[in-house]
Amino acid sequence: MTDHAVELKSVVKRYGDFTAVHDTNLGIPEGSFLTLLGPSGCGKTTTLRMIAGLTGITEGDILIKGRRVNDLPIHKRNLGIVFQNYALFPHRTVQQNVAFGLKYRNTPKDEAERRVREALELVQLPQMADRMPSQLSGGQQQRIALARAIVIQPDVLLLDEPLSALDANLREDMRIELKRIQHTLGITTVFVTHDQSEALAMSDRIVVMSAGHVEQVGSPEEVYNRPASEFVAGFLGNSNILSGKVMDIAGPVAKLELDGLGPVLAATDGVGRTLSTGETVKVSIRAEKLMLDGADPAGDDISTFPGTVTTVDYQGQVARYFLESGGLTLQAINTIDERPLQEGTETAIRIRARDCVVLPH
Amino acid sequence: MASLDPMDNRWRPWRLLAPALTAVFLLLVVPISFIIVYSFWLRTATGADIAGFHLDNWEEVLTDPFYRDIMVFTIWIAFATTVVCAVAGYIPAYFIATTQFKHKAFLLLLLMLPFWISYIIRTMSWINILGSSGIVNVALQWLGITDEPIQMLYNQWTVIVGLVHFLLPFMILNIYVSLYAIDRNLVDAARSLGCTGWQSFREVTLPLSVPGLAAGSLLCFVLAAGTYITPVVLGGPTDAMFANLVFDAIITQLNWPLGSALSLVLLILLGVLVAIYNRFAGLGQIAKSFG
Ligand SMILES: Nc1ncnc2c1ncn2[C@@H]1O[C@H](COP(=O)(O)OP(=O)(O)OP(=O)(O)O)[C@@H](O)[C@H]1O
Ligand SMILES: [Mg+2]
Repeated sequence: MTDHAVELKSVVKRYGDFTAVHDTNLGIPEGSFLTLLGPSGCGKTTTLRMIAGLTGITEGDILIKGRRVNDLPIHKRNLGIVFQNYALFPHRTVQQNVAFGLKYRNTPKDEAERRVREALELVQLPQMADRMPSQLSGGQQQRIALARAIVIQPDVLLLDEPLSALDANLREDMRIELKRIQHTLGITTVFVTHDQSEALAMSDRIVVMSAGHVEQVGSPEEVYNRPASEFVAGFLGNSNILSGKVMDIAGPVAKLELDGLGPVLAATDGVGRTLSTGETVKVSIRAEKLMLDGADPAGDDISTFPGTVTTVDYQGQVARYFLESGGLTLQAINTIDERPLQEGTETAIRIRARDCVVLPH
Repeated sequence: MASLDPMDNRWRPWRLLAPALTAVFLLLVVPISFIIVYSFWLRTATGADIAGFHLDNWEEVLTDPFYRDIMVFTIWIAFATTVVCAVAGYIPAYFIATTQFKHKAFLLLLLMLPFWISYIIRTMSWINILGSSGIVNVALQWLGITDEPIQMLYNQWTVIVGLVHFLLPFMILNIYVSLYAIDRNLVDAARSLGCTGWQSFREVTLPLSVPGLAAGSLLCFVLAAGTYITPVVLGGPTDAMFANLVFDAIITQLNWPLGSALSLVLLILLGVLVAIYNRFAGLGQIAKSFG
């Protein structure tokens, strides 16, 4: 287990009677980019602050590089932290801000200067050394905050929603930039966000959290395509959650009878256990995997239902449709060839078995 | 005619400011002008004032070592009071700014509590504490530490004690305001970069609270230097401060021209101090603690 840079073992955090983080186990592989993703108040910041040592833990152990750090004060943990509001020292120049951590590591003066210069070059702001933080734009402040955190060569880099204060365009640039820097340095990174596209774009692994619980840990593809719970399916992208009954099982594919819709073939590889016939299950179907007329897939694992378009949300490249089928409302997102389907159109809804994912519970 | 039009926006600010400007003019500009004019008049042995432009008062005030010594003493008392307030005020200000206690407003209200009692009564209360039959002396005698009451009152130290008692809330409030505005993440960031708690205080909290310290110090210094009651109540016969001189000249000796010159000297001295402070820190900081 020593290849884990950070390990959480049965970590619990309570504030009085309120449990902010429930029994959490998590291993963060050396050099990987891990994202804590979840809605507001689910305990992402709390988890990050416990790793940082800014918040005490109620139960359990936290290990950094195999060493138990429960009682190690924050200034001895050698972590780089980037805060949502940057938290640059307003009374210090950029140079002094970045050099701050080196001063407390007794780095010789010329080496410190060289490393500050390298860090500023890495974040592409070498010419800003003599400015005060107030003379920088939000994006520049963010880069300096990152430079300040990485210049000390921390064991782990902790980022709490570092991009959320930036405007949309800058956010996408910074996201690529951040990933590039993380990749260059090969530094173990824990990133907190409630933005699913940020998480999907940047992470090696995503931890989806909800109400203090870890819902799923997996690669971006896994959590997106094989959600482990209704919550994950609903939180990432637009999903149709339907319930049904298992009729027949054939290897990784099961035949289900969906309430309202009828028979459908579904993938069971995300369940992690063998289903039994007659069992009631929930399935998740992504909106973009519901194919309407115009998109005609081929294959022998396709289930088809009739449906009626009730609402069209035209977005140029794609359209979001709301459909009525068997008394249910379904959502479909399809790319548009020429013009979208009109409201009231009768259409066929097609689903491939591998896109119809049986949820574990 | 246009200027009488109530909708004419050019005159609007002036009309809105008129009551305030009138008050400032009548209550500040006019009396100070009188005092300036008075300071150049001359007082004769018969008691009549001679109008005119005489520099005699100014010459006396600026050259007589008697006045100079009292000015130095006044500055010393104000300075010592300010230093004591700054050191003693920082701790409660820090506590109130960082406490997790839910009712911060209540703590701030407690700070204001002394203002509900007259300043003179608060000053006099020290007689009951430090006087020869005050609580400290009674306790010392009862414990058998001394036989005779110790003379603790009526010296420059009790003047400083009285002034600190009066001015401490101003200092605490000013420091509190600047401490409260410091982003907690700055301290966390410093800690994560390798500072111990004390080091992060020195690197981040203290420097960022300097504006509050400076504003509080200015306020304390100016109020202490202009104080009149405290040295009368708690000082000894030789502990007169500058405002006592002014009182003495005008009320006791009825020498308005000299009193005017004396009060102007104090005004100019404190004005220069405020100007220097404003040059470096800006007066806006003081306004914050009243906002
Ligand atoms: N000091 C505290 N005292 C009491 N409860 C707290 C404290 N800090 C956090 N909480 C609670 O713990 C829960 C998790 O908080 P946390 O800050 O970790 O959420 P988050 O996932 O970071 O949310 P956001 O996306 O809004 O930042 C919240 O319900 C919050 O109210
Ligand atoms: Mg948060």
